[in-house]
Amino acid sequence: MAYVAPAPAEVEEVELYHAKSFITKYVFSQDAKVIAIQYSFTAIAIGVVGLVLSSMMRLQLGFPDSFSIIDPADYYQFITMHGMIMVIYLLTALFLGGFGNYLIPLMVGARDMVFPYVNMISYWVYLLAVLVLVASFFVEGGPTGAGWTLYPPQAILEGTPGSGGGIILMLVSLIFFIIGFTMGGLNYVVTVLQGRTRGMTLMRMPLTIWGIFIATILALLAFPALFVGGVMLLLDRVLETSFFMPAIISMGEQLEYGGGSPILFQHLFWFFGHPEVYIVGLPAFGIVSDLISVHARRHIFGYRMMVWALVAIGGISFIVWAHHMYVSGMNPWFGFFFATTTLIIAIPTALKVYNWVLTLWKANIRFTIPMLFALGFIVTFVNGGITGLFLGNTAIDVPLSDTMFVVAHFHMVMGVAPLMVIFGAIYHWFPLMSGRMLDETLGRIHFWVTFIGAYSIFLPLHYIGFQGVPRRYFEMGETNFIPPSVQDLNAFVTVVAVMVGFAQILFFYNLFKSMSSGEIAEKNPWKAASLEWQTPEQPPAHGNFGDELPVVYRWAYAYGVPGAKDDFVPQDMHPDEVGGEGAHEASKE
Amino acid sequence: MGLFSQLAEKPWTPEQAAIDDRHKGVEFSLPTPQFGLRVFLGFVTVIFTLFVVVYVERMVFADWKPMPEPWLLWVNTAILVISSIGLQWAWVSADKGDADGVKKGLYLGGVLAFAFLTGQLLVWQQLVVLGFYASSNPASAFFYLFTALHAVHLLGGLVAWGRTAIKVKSGMDVAKVRGSVELCAVYWHFLLVIWIVIFGLLLFT
Repeated sequence: MAYVAPAPAEVEEVELYHAKSFITKYVFSQDAKVIAIQYSFTAIAIGVVGLVLSSMMRLQLGFPDSFSIIDPADYYQFITMHGMIMVIYLLTALFLGGFGNYLIPLMVGARDMVFPYVNMISYWVYLLAVLVLVASFFVEGGPTGAGWTLYPPQAILEGTPGSGGGIILMLVSLIFFIIGFTMGGLNYVVTVLQGRTRGMTLMRMPLTIWGIFIATILALLAFPALFVGGVMLLLDRVLETSFFMPAIISMGEQLEYGGGSPILFQHLFWFFGHPEVYIVGLPAFGIVSDLISVHARRHIFGYRMMVWALVAIGGISFIVWAHHMYVSGMNPWFGFFFATTTLIIAIPTALKVYNWVLTLWKANIRFTIPMLFALGFIVTFVNGGITGLFLGNTAIDVPLSDTMFVVAHFHMVMGVAPLMVIFGAIYHWFPLMSGRMLDETLGRIHFWVTFIGAYSIFLPLHYIGFQGVPRRYFEMGETNFIPPSVQDLNAFVTVVAVMVGFAQILFFYNLFKSMSSGEIAEKNPWKAASLEWQTPEQPPAHGNFGDELPVVYRWAYAYGVPGAKDDFVPQDMHPDEVGGEGAHEASKE
Repeated sequence: MGLFSQLAEKPWTPEQAAIDDRHKGVEFSLPTPQFGLRVFLGFVTVIFTLFVVVYVERMVFADWKPMPEPWLLWVNTAILVISSIGLQWAWVSADKGDADGVKKGLYLGGVLAFAFLTGQLLVWQQLVVLGFYASSNPASAFFYLFTALHAVHLLGGLVAWGRTAIKVKSGMDVAKVRGSVELCAVYWHFLLVIWIVIFGLLLFT
């Protein structure tokens, strides 16, 4: 007997904000889609600055004697700003502010975020944070060179580059960022919990939304630690309090400070810093699950376990932070505890990797560009994750911690891997956002150059690290224990890094050219089942879903349904229209 | 149904689909602004908890010298309690549809909140006169930090209070301002609890 869907529960429509002028429509807009694009452009723009800084560092490392314009102080400032920009101002802002804003309302079937006005303010406070950060490049002494971890006491002492205005602006910028993010985060959490459309239960949400949702909760719990540490460090710097500052003799002179604990700051910083890895990681996990499912025409393998893994990773990520502090010295039992929790977090993470691979097993894989990037992500993430297992052990971490090996590890796992997802996601959702397709050939060249380039850069760094080359050093000088091959490799890495950097111009060219003259995208070009592609217009108009909100009848992974008209069933298609017997039994194994 | 028990659902089975199709897409019965405020209060709680943890950690170091507790702090605490009671009165009156009670309660709460902030400034002044600067000892640094942070939150609350008071003054229907009054009252009670925790911490250490 055919399944009869019950009459959907009635939910009242919410009142929607309507823009009246050009300024309220495109500049001070309250529409989440416009805010998403504002967030994305700002994040990518500051990300390009971070990319240029990394090339400058590579030039110095590859050819230590050739670039007299880079002095040691510059080098430290480049490192610090590169790290800070990439982790917080690019990745966090792009995944949550960019993709979060664009996709949450569309994928859960809402007209907009629940607090559009607060959402708008969130972007403008973020922009202010970015501008304050950029301003620090132009103050006397330049931006801070304390390293992105900003450890006291050196972060605020004279002698560290940028200890004047630089560090103050850095901390102020971070505080603004956290305030802005909180406003956005409040929206993401409440919209997911309270703003969904009829029939959209939590377990029918696409994994993209799960990833962004859990990451936002992590951020709301972790950013306070950075806020607390940042405010107190700022007071130590400006009012000469001694929250973190011990008694110090600097250049023969006893400073006013005394009694504070630098380790306390490290705990606060990493209580934020480790969940931050997953704030960047979880949205990437979620998005890549959807990319793989759509482009392999198969439901995601083990949907429930994928959700559980996201929740478990989110929870465990709060009890592993001290593995960043093994070299700071700690009680061995303390180290043992954190090594254990660190290794445990590999279990839900590995589970996700298996499920991605099993989704691909016997699937109808289409080697579209998003699929290429998704595959690139899986490989890179496994590589970076395995070196993480090495480093999670205290005994192995202590000798390796301050070497290039760690640089290679975290760039693979939280630099290149999330970037693969970001690129894949842009190629995937660009037709929805702009109504046009990106150029296929340029995209393929972009993928292969970026993928092979990333490996050419970071695989040698593992070897260089094993040879004992320390990270954060301006130059090695005459060192007996380092073989000459290291310098040759460093030069090679630099050449590749600069090439990969320039190759991104292809991507930006593709992006801007396709926006105006790309091939017009057909409706739902990837034949995806999730709600964002089922809007009446493409790109979706203000209010997203025309006159009536969609009603959801199934999960987002109804691919290859037996007897259905197409090889996928959209989430909002009424069971009577599906045909066959597959109304709900979508691709049941 | 609890959030965690939903994680066990199998969204692809027909049995589950029959249940899911009736779902309204809303998780909690609280109105959205009320729910949003609670999420925000959760965030603020994390911030203050971390500050308290750091306070306790820092206290064990040798250079810690306890602060005097000016008697004015007791007066300020009493003022903040009455301010909270005022807003509770406004909330209860709003539920009853009593426009006059809403107005009186709201005004009482807001004016006393300003009085509290003035009182806190006076405490700062007394301490400075006694020679306790932010840089002189971590205990005094924490005192200034805690009170300033609490005051900033209260000032933010007063912005929301001001917008509500304008609506009430212009004679808007009680049913329409009820939500805003409730938000203010919940926020005030929350800040009162935070203040009592901070004050208790200062008294007992």
